[in-house]
Amino acid sequence: MSRRVAISGTGTITALGMDLNDLWSAMTQGRSGIAWITRFDPAGYECHAAGQLPADMINIRKLVPKSYRKATKVMCPDIELAVAAADAAIRSAGLTTHGTDPDVEPTIEADRFGCQIGAGLIAVDVEELAPAIVASSDGEGSVDLTTWGPVGIEKVTPLWMLKYLPNMLACHVTIVHNLQGPSNAITGCESSSGLSLGESLRIIRRGDADACLSGGAETRLNLLSLCRQDSVGRLAATEGVEDPTTILKPFDPAAAGTLIGEAGGILVTEAIDSIEARGGTPLAEILGFACTQSCDVGPLAASSDSISDAIAAALDRADTSPDEIDLIIGQGLSIPAIDDEEAAAYIDVFGAREDQPPLVSITPFTGNCGAAHGAIQLAVATRCLQENMIPARLNAATTGAVNGDAAPATSASVSSVLVVSVGQGGQNTATILGEIS
Amino acid sequence: MTSWADERRIVVTGMGWITPLGHTVDAGWEAMMRGESGVAPLTRFDASVFPTTFASQVTNYDVTKYLKRPECHTHAGLHTRFSLGAARQAWEDAGLDGAEIDPRRIGIYLGAGEGTSDFFGFAKATLAATGADGVVDAATWGRVAHESLSTLGELEQEPNQPLHHIARELGIRGPSFNCLTACAASTQAIGEACSILHAGEADIMVSGGAHSMLHVFGVTGFNRLTALSTRNDDIKTASRPFSRTRDGFVMGEGAGVVILEGLEHALARGATPLAEVAGFGSSADAYRITDIHPEGRGPVAAMRKALDAAGIDPTYTTEAGRMPVDYISAHGTSTAENDSIETLAVKQVFADLSPSIPMSSIKSMMGHLIAAAGVVELITCIKAIEHNTLPPTMNLDDPDPALDLDYVANAPRETPVDTCLSNSFGFGGQNDALVIRRFQE
Repeated sequence: MSRRVAISGTGTITALGMDLNDLWSAMTQGRSGIAWITRFDPAGYECHAAGQLPADMINIRKLVPKSYRKATKVMCPDIELAVAAADAAIRSAGLTTHGTDPDVEPTIEADRFGCQIGAGLIAVDVEELAPAIVASSDGEGSVDLTTWGPVGIEKVTPLWMLKYLPNMLACHVTIVHNLQGPSNAITGCESSSGLSLGESLRIIRRGDADACLSGGAETRLNLLSLCRQDSVGRLAATEGVEDPTTILKPFDPAAAGTLIGEAGGILVTEAIDSIEARGGTPLAEILGFACTQSCDVGPLAASSDSISDAIAAALDRADTSPDEIDLIIGQGLSIPAIDDEEAAAYIDVFGAREDQPPLVSITPFTGNCGAAHGAIQLAVATRCLQENMIPARLNAATTGAVNGDAAPATSASVSSVLVVSVGQGGQNTATILGEIS
Repeated sequence: MTSWADERRIVVTGMGWITPLGHTVDAGWEAMMRGESGVAPLTRFDASVFPTTFASQVTNYDVTKYLKRPECHTHAGLHTRFSLGAARQAWEDAGLDGAEIDPRRIGIYLGAGEGTSDFFGFAKATLAATGADGVVDAATWGRVAHESLSTLGELEQEPNQPLHHIARELGIRGPSFNCLTACAASTQAIGEACSILHAGEADIMVSGGAHSMLHVFGVTGFNRLTALSTRNDDIKTASRPFSRTRDGFVMGEGAGVVILEGLEHALARGATPLAEVAGFGSSADAYRITDIHPEGRGPVAAMRKALDAAGIDPTYTTEAGRMPVDYISAHGTSTAENDSIETLAVKQVFADLSPSIPMSSIKSMMGHLIAAAGVVELITCIKAIEHNTLPPTMNLDDPDPALDLDYVANAPRETPVDTCLSNSFGFGGQNDALVIRRFQE
């Protein structure tokens, strides 16, 4: 039998707060974190709403050892979210690391602690580059590279590029906490976190680490990323909308598109033997994981067959069956063409609506958190298992296809949860979490 | 550290690449045997007055001959097009074209970079939106950028686009990952793809990487980090790993793909094993963003784990009196720091045997393919095994006196080659190593 692995800590930084308690209370109260964008004037975009973090929510200098404060200057917002979520996850697991206390022996040896953190396509900052670009203007609305070469380049700060490399999320976290085990940066859009968890699971099972941080962090709430998502047609146009919290309608044919959510989601995945040895508390066991590629569709579409394949393989690896699943936490982007494929997969695996477990999406609470999304879904799943509760479902009227209509939070026996990610580009993940037995 | 002794054996059954030294594995290998350089003046954009004016570029490349579904790839970015060519070559080399295999049992794990950013589209919006006071008006930026940036061009920059296109072209539906650990990415992808095969989650993994950072932001970023060679007056010899006068790496671009397969699966379908992947190790420096740990603790750990997985004790010769490995494919970037610390790390791992183990850097000829470097170097190791010949470190006329290993200077070397160690160390501190062996039943 393969080594048993659990989630032993969670760190979720979302529009709804700095930890899972904040997010959970909002999700049980049915309170959305979606609001009008105030970070900048979004008048040049079709979409004006997002799951935006409050200003100054993260004081990054306080989240790293004193000796590392200087390095926070080369952290873009995505990196800050990863560092903040990792700190929360490690503390929630009751672990001591170089980052939480440099003077104390770490709970887990450095070379037995890995770090798999997913990232998005990190956007460069317009204001940061504007002086270099303006200085290289050709006077006709473009840049003259023969000026950029000697003049513009010099106006770019020397370490500029290091802010935007996707592996820097994991690299900063490994340095802050002195984690020397296998470390990776998985880049699979909304599936990044789920894939990172799958990789952590594989690494711990094969014996290359006892614990790993896994998850992701991303904010697309900046001028360039918002433009990318807006122009590709994934975001809801918000003209005429009165209440932004009503925009996201997962699995609802009337949905108009998704919204950006800023988030960091990091989990501590840990061998149960390691948790027991240190007297820690496992939150949920990772019973099965699988991932697939939707290959016969374009980059903005999904294939129900491939989502079904992932779920079926995860159930098989968890040695369980569809009727044992008490709850699904799905992707539910609120993009009908993709949600329809996801819904078709649930119908394929579980049967008609009356045979399906309840379907919850975190998207209406947080927005689409990109690379962080899967880890936040998984963190919420651990709380559902522990509290025996199904959080509220917002906004959706699913016309009977799936069991995901709007409903308040309810108590229910929850022993196993299926968590599904459907990523832009075609990567799908399915993870089965179970209560600790 | 875990041994692979009890795991399913994994072989490479196909390989392909698109590189500055050739669009086929054989052409690239032969160019390296002649000690050729892929370096030329940068033509992708006007870099004539940049601190660095040259690069190692893929030239005269036409992706269409590799495509059976060209309509799916109309907007594919440059590195995705490289990856499609490399993948098609590897697929056919492995005899997979037309083979009836359940596509759900074929996975893909790439270490591919982000796509080419649209500097001019970005600059146009920024110029339009920046006032005389230097303040950027967000609304203007958004309005202009919607016009100046190509919707699909931006979408294609997502690092998972190469795998998306390859999966679509070849019909892959199994496990699907992309990692982007800078210069270590494709080595890490291959190692973790092997782990997926060990876990039985697939029977075949398509793996490797693709990258091109030969765009304005890419060259600007590395120039500001002072990581690139600025030897604009002698570009062909600018990449000179282990030389006293090395002054940085030469940026390259390209893609490499290998087909990894469980041995029994490969033999059952009549495929020819080209080599066996014998071990993989991965670690983090956890030291600094800008510097490698001065004692190379991350590289040491990655090499030791890979060798341990392969059942190799690096401090002892074999029963036949051979070195523990016949060749080390160095990360060897031609930066002052990497080449010194890699040498130090190899000495720690192989101890007294280290001077007797040849180690070279093909980056002296190929340039640094960043995320794609590792797979291209692994394929080179397989060719070295096939030909019993080591590729040289070119441009090593003035060796660094502080670096005292055998770097296979300036000319290829015929010698028995059965086992190779291939190193890749990523900017930021992620390190990976693979052990590759001649296939024996």
